[in-house]
Amino acid sequence: MAVYKTNEFRKGLKVQIDGDPYLMIEMNFVKPGKGNAFYKCKLRNLVRGTVLDRTYKGGDSLEAADVEEVGVQYLYRQGDTFVFMENKTYEQYELSSEQVDDNWKYLKDGTTCSMVLYNGNPITLTPPNHVELLVEYCEPGAKGDTATNVTKPVKVETGAEFICPAFIEMGNVIRIDTRSGDYIERVSVK
Amino acid sequence: MSFRPTASVKNLELRSKKLAQLRSHFAEAGFVEVETPLLSHDTVVDRHLHPVLVSIDGEDLWLQTSPEFAMKRLVASGMDAIYQITRAVRSGENGKLHNTEFTILEWYKVGQSYEAAREFLSSLAEAILGISPPEQITYQDLFQQFMDLDPINDSESLFNRRASELGLHVPDAWETLDRDSKLDFLLADAIQPQLQSRAMVVYDYPASQAALAASNGETAERFELFINGLELANGYHELLDAKELRDRNRDTNEQRLVDGNDALPEESRLLDAMDSGLPDCSGVALGIDRLMMIAAGTESIRDVIAFPMDRA
Repeated sequence: MAVYKTNEFRKGLKVQIDGDPYLMIEMNFVKPGKGNAFYKCKLRNLVRGTVLDRTYKGGDSLEAADVEEVGVQYLYRQGDTFVFMENKTYEQYELSSEQVDDNWKYLKDGTTCSMVLYNGNPITLTPPNHVELLVEYCEPGAKGDTATNVTKPVKVETGAEFICPAFIEMGNVIRIDTRSGDYIERVSVK
Repeated sequence: MSFRPTASVKNLELRSKKLAQLRSHFAEAGFVEVETPLLSHDTVVDRHLHPVLVSIDGEDLWLQTSPEFAMKRLVASGMDAIYQITRAVRSGENGKLHNTEFTILEWYKVGQSYEAAREFLSSLAEAILGISPPEQITYQDLFQQFMDLDPINDSESLFNRRASELGLHVPDAWETLDRDSKLDFLLADAIQPQLQSRAMVVYDYPASQAALAASNGETAERFELFINGLELANGYHELLDAKELRDRNRDTNEQRLVDGNDALPEESRLLDAMDSGLPDCSGVALGIDRLMMIAAGTESIRDVIAFPMDRA
């Protein structure tokens, strides 16, 4: 297994601590002129997203994490399992609904996402920042009401509900920001 | 890739101005500017300094980590007030406050007492940076005042307690660190951040951190200048005893081996000079890039160096 020594520590390094993969998001080198060197690191757990503060002394080392980011396409869902296919190798990967978390709301057949693999196994999924989804059901809005401050819930093709302006109708395609879950705009009218 | 400097033109001009000011300050104080080689057959034997060995025309030479050896050889040869502004290289030192290759100002004065050496350093900082006189505080009082800890006499279990009270993220290997390494960490992580907008000369370091300073067994005649929490200069009332230095070199190499580093050559032309007689003197090394950071009011060494390592 590859190992990083402290003098190779830098922001962006992917390392393994207690069996989990971490991304070094901050690294501060501290050293009194005549004293021991210390490396103050902030590390983000790539599975759980938690942040760890760790300090290492000169000469310490961390194992490199075999972490790789790949582009995948969403294929289908089978019960609690979501199935994806890597764009380049056509390799299929499965994620549990727990790993997919709220992202199921944005997944329709063919949606291209980025997936992080750790030791060859998928650990996280990031959908594109914006997705376009077909509105399958909503209450009809008042005629001529184009104001955006009047809102209502609408149900889209993935089965998820989003809060949208009242003028959205069934058959519209809407654009959603996957980072916030916010409605951005109407893309097309049936 | 950018060909441009990371420092602004304004800061590079400030550098030039401050260097000229420093040179006239030393000239007025009767110092002679000297030049010594970057490449040397000898190197400082320090536990935490990692010198770079280069091979030139079939010969192995060290890039200096400071001009100390060469300058003391000049002192031992009869020059009694000398200074130099040059480059030093220390492998593994890179960060917001470090650049592997950096500019160092170093000076030596024969017959200058420990007190007078601290006084001269203070007046230099006042003159170049326009600050009020730095406070003088012993290493022991510094820890007492800012950490409620006696670095010389308290037990290491109290070090641990203070560190956890302050919520410090101590190194994973904390329990295996020796006393001095723990003190290094506490100074850097808990005390220096408290020294913002202060100027201090810290003196009387523990004897175990004497490096090349004279020592009475408990404390060493070593001092450092901190401005705004930044370690700026390190000075000694110099060790003159060649046998003592040979003992320290041997101990240091033992520690280096334990740390997993290579041992460094213990004999040197400096020891030859000390054998022949180094006169009583004081010497100080000051980081020019950090001085410029304070003069320019910046947080990163990249703001005052034209081309740091990654753009060199």
